Amino acid sequence: MTMTEAAAAPSPPLWRRLLGFNLLTAIVLGVGGWYIGWYGAHKIVAPSLDYFGDIDYNELSVYFAYIGGVLGFLVGLGFLNYPVRRLLGYPPSLREKETAGWTRYFGLCTDHKVVGIQYLWGIGLFFFIGGLNAMLIRTELLSPHHQAFPAGTYLTIVGIHGTMMMGIMTSGILGPFANYLIPIMIGARRMAFPRIEALTFWLLMAAGAVLTTTVFFGGFPTGWTGYAPLATESNPGLDNYVIFFALVGLSMTLLGLNMIATILTMRAPGLTWTRLPIFVWGVLSTAVLMVLAAPVLIATLGMVALDRTAQTTFFIPAAGGSNYLYENLFWIFGHPEVYVLALPGFAIVLELLPVFARKPLWGYRLAVAGLLGVSLLSWFVWQHHLFVSGINGDLRGFYMLSTELISIPTGLTFLCGMMTLWRGNIRFTVPMLFVLAWFFNFLIGGLSGVFLSDVPSDVTTHGSFFSMAHFHYTIMGGLVFTFFAAIYYWVPKMTGWQLNERLGKIHFWSMFLFFNLTFAPLFAVGFLGQPRRTPVYPNGLQFLNDWVSISAFCLGASMLVFLFNLVWSLAFVKKPAGANPWASRSIEFQLPSPVPVHNFDRIPVFSGDPYGYGEGPIPSLVPAGSPAGRE
Amino acid sequence: MRVGVKLLLVAVVVVAAGVIIGFYVSNLTTLAGSPTYSVPVEKTGAHPVVNLELQTVAAVGPQLSRNPDWVSYLVKDSSSGQWKRETVWDLPAHATIHVTIFNFDGASGLRNPYYGRAQGMVGNRVLVDGKPTTAVDPNEASHTFAVPALGIILAIPGVADDAKNQCGYAPCALAHAHRTIKFTFHTTTPGHFRWQCFVPCAAGWIDGFGGPMQTIGYMDGFLNVKA
Amino acid sequence: MAADPAAAPGRPTDSTHHGRRVVIAWLVLSAIATPLVAIYVGPHIPPGNASVQAEGQTFDNQVMTAFVTPVLCLMAVFFGYGLILFRARRSETILDGPPIRDDPRIRLLWIVITSAMVLFLAGFGTYELLKDGAGGGQGPNPIAQPAGYRSAFQVQVVGQQWQFTYRYPSLGGMESNSLLLPANTLVELHITSLDVVHSFWAVELGLKADANPGVDNVVYVKTKKPTTFHVRCAELCGLWHGYMFNNGRVVSSAQFASWAAQEQKIYASIKPFMDKSPADGGAPYAHTYLPEPTRRAG
Repeated sequence: MTMTEAAAAPSPPLWRRLLGFNLLTAIVLGVGGWYIGWYGAHKIVAPSLDYFGDIDYNELSVYFAYIGGVLGFLVGLGFLNYPVRRLLGYPPSLREKETAGWTRYFGLCTDHKVVGIQYLWGIGLFFFIGGLNAMLIRTELLSPHHQAFPAGTYLTIVGIHGTMMMGIMTSGILGPFANYLIPIMIGARRMAFPRIEALTFWLLMAAGAVLTTTVFFGGFPTGWTGYAPLATESNPGLDNYVIFFALVGLSMTLLGLNMIATILTMRAPGLTWTRLPIFVWGVLSTAVLMVLAAPVLIATLGMVALDRTAQTTFFIPAAGGSNYLYENLFWIFGHPEVYVLALPGFAIVLELLPVFARKPLWGYRLAVAGLLGVSLLSWFVWQHHLFVSGINGDLRGFYMLSTELISIPTGLTFLCGMMTLWRGNIRFTVPMLFVLAWFFNFLIGGLSGVFLSDVPSDVTTHGSFFSMAHFHYTIMGGLVFTFFAAIYYWVPKMTGWQLNERLGKIHFWSMFLFFNLTFAPLFAVGFLGQPRRTPVYPNGLQFLNDWVSISAFCLGASMLVFLFNLVWSLAFVKKPAGANPWASRSIEFQLPSPVPVHNFDRIPVFSGDPYGYGEGPIPSLVPAGSPAGRE
Repeated sequence: MRVGVKLLLVAVVVVAAGVIIGFYVSNLTTLAGSPTYSVPVEKTGAHPVVNLELQTVAAVGPQLSRNPDWVSYLVKDSSSGQWKRETVWDLPAHATIHVTIFNFDGASGLRNPYYGRAQGMVGNRVLVDGKPTTAVDPNEASHTFAVPALGIILAIPGVADDAKNQCGYAPCALAHAHRTIKFTFHTTTPGHFRWQCFVPCAAGWIDGFGGPMQTIGYMDGFLNVKA
Repeated sequence: MAADPAAAPGRPTDSTHHGRRVVIAWLVLSAIATPLVAIYVGPHIPPGNASVQAEGQTFDNQVMTAFVTPVLCLMAVFFGYGLILFRARRSETILDGPPIRDDPRIRLLWIVITSAMVLFLAGFGTYELLKDGAGGGQGPNPIAQPAGYRSAFQVQVVGQQWQFTYRYPSLGGMESNSLLLPANTLVELHITSLDVVHSFWAVELGLKADANPGVDNVVYVKTKKPTTFHVRCAELCGLWHGYMFNNGRVVSSAQFASWAAQEQKIYASIKPFMDKSPADGGAPYAHTYLPEPTRRAG
């Protein structure tokens, strides 16, 4: 069956599709796999491990259960179909190559555009779950000593919030937007590895489900950093955390690999490195970090799992291990991880500014150097998380310098963005508003980072709400705002429907206002001595904490405005957006909305970058007389 | 799809989300917590007097917990005489609290021997099986009762390993082998004071501090001192 | 409203020296704002002057706040000016701006200035750090040791789940729940943990050092006048992490001596047990402790 024949074949009736390999089957098989793992481990492994007898549960069962569950889930989705069919000698089933129908979104589909939209909804779901936990945290912190939640549960809520956000939002921009747009931007019809692309999405969904069930196993008290000696003695809920990050790490590694392979090998003719959209450069620099950093996390958490189940002592000092081993390994992953979060934000800002300032991207090569420089330098700074841990004193000066140095390439993004705006013709559309807010938020985040990178100042602020405000300004103020910019900018292209502009502006202004009202006072709270992850604090800080909590609730409410806009505009109003609602020169906006299944009728030939504002008309996609590309 | 159907779908999703969120949040407020036991006041007035009877057990049993082999504190409900696994106690302010602890568990040994020194209660000493003691041998310590914010620390010596008639699952009767600890302390201003055990008595965990040692309702709790 | 970008005419370039205006406005604003910040905000910046290390950190924070103010001013002026002046006029056609892709002078200027700023900050921070350790934990082999460190007063801070206790080797290894320090003294604190990672944070004294199991983390503080300070745990260590706090005091030498005598009386009855060897369950004074992980028999 060729692709055209598969596309033209009538799709099977609904009842047949429900019984096939899809999300429903996956959930059923996942639950089944979970129980097989759980009881299998109890029956086969547990009886011989009598040192677990006193504590009434079998750690290995939890791991086997969830591994069984995830495997069942992936089998149910159909990921083994192709290898198994080929091994048995049958032709591939090509169900995964269906090109129409809403059921494609609820199973394994190898169309990169479908995967992009799946990611958008999946990440949105877990983002809201993480956000809900944030609201619960602020509820607890309304009172200096009254407990809304028992102390151990509060730590689990803090842990779920942090872990969910860090795990899910690392793919926040690459998942939905890179998957959807990279092939289009480089003139390709698909990603290099479409089935792996789909796998990264479903791994992330399985991971999110694993983490939300941690409450049934007692939660975990370590926060998202999972520091080792405490992790070893935690309840089984910590195993959910380990499995979550293992699956996220796997998803990240594969996603990064796919991006690198696609960008390196599948660019259309004429698309030289200096003509690549800056978004593609951003994705490339992020993907490199993902591929190199995520495996470190998987290995580290594997060691934690071994300590908890197999009585190894990697991180137990009394038996020859060291907590420093965990801290260093974790942060070798952890610091590039936060740049995985920040870099896509930079890329989106630089990609959107030319469109709404109507000027070419200023300093293209400088911007690329900035992105790659951040990517490279992010490997050399991790011990700034460990300044007061008792690391060798000589190291602190070095890491202070390297951390300060990373603000130079970051500054290049600011420079290129600011000079793009300069003398431009600025339109304040909703995506542009979010992009401009990035400058404000990331500036504050970055400057507070300067305080934290200075060791004497870090002694004041490490482990306090000051550092929390810093990373919320950079990650939430940086990444989440650009995430929404990307949504407002590209969803009309992805769906063909416009998002309501007035609701978008209400969403933006309320989110921007309440975001700053929430996180700005936290700098003061940290300076005044409130440590992180504590449910009680001195009475004198109640006013500030209450201010922050109320603002946080309002921030949560502003997200509901966005949700309403999304559902209202895309399901009810359905106003057509047209091919190019933003008058952009970028290639995806020269295609119809939504982008057709095979992206291009003919593979385009590039003759310049997409930033030629003021330099003449947009060159046609396939110039007359160009070589006959693939159909 | 018609508008009415779409609206219905949206409504269903919103309601379902609300129910799930409500269930999650209400579950969280009681997870790993403990119901409160209001200790009855024996003598009311300006300086109330309260009697608090506790027991510490080696295995709390399937009737009182989903983790039958966990160590735990139990408090005696003086109205019914029943032993309950509740570790959050309401106490009056500016009161005298007479505490009796029956320990049915064997010794684990203190990690920091300093906690063997009794402090913070009247006379800075406790009665162990009737004998006044200022410092318990840290190797014999089975559990501690400590309220750090009030400066109260004391170690509870354990039942000998070869004692006869040791208690199995809780609640334990006085006929079983036990040690008795008595002491008195005063509450002053109202507040919310946490208490914990400092002996790494959670068997099976590498540090002895997992499971019951870090769960309210077993080896951790609160004193709610109310005006 | 989807205008065809192919037809968008360029907006006429005007010859106003916007850049010059912005620079002048920025210089004026910075010249006003920076002293204002330094004078009115500066004195309130934590952690205060309760110890020499805290003073050093406060100075550091004040310098950085003053340093950061012109950066904020530049951004404010640039965006305030740019977003207003370079707004698109309301019209049906979307006009393009001038196709400026680069300016080598601005590139060079920016890189040179940002690099200089960064190097200054790194150098300044390193100087402050090496002077006296800046109140941060330096591990078992500190390199930034204040003058007179050889005769510093030693205190050991023992972190355990979930309370800090304090040992005074010079007072017979006496251990106590309360942290009292003599005034005007250089104190050498040895922070260690008996179980998981904690972090000793003496807020007003400007000290922060992680308590790692089996490791000695040394931090120096030179106390000044008598005062009280808060001690909090700054590294998540489990259930009662948020409750792991107490108040410490810096008191005069006379008061310290009388307190020490009182505490030693209380300590006397547990001292015989403490002085035993670790194999017998004792904990004689040592810089690090590696207690047995599980002590339950059978």
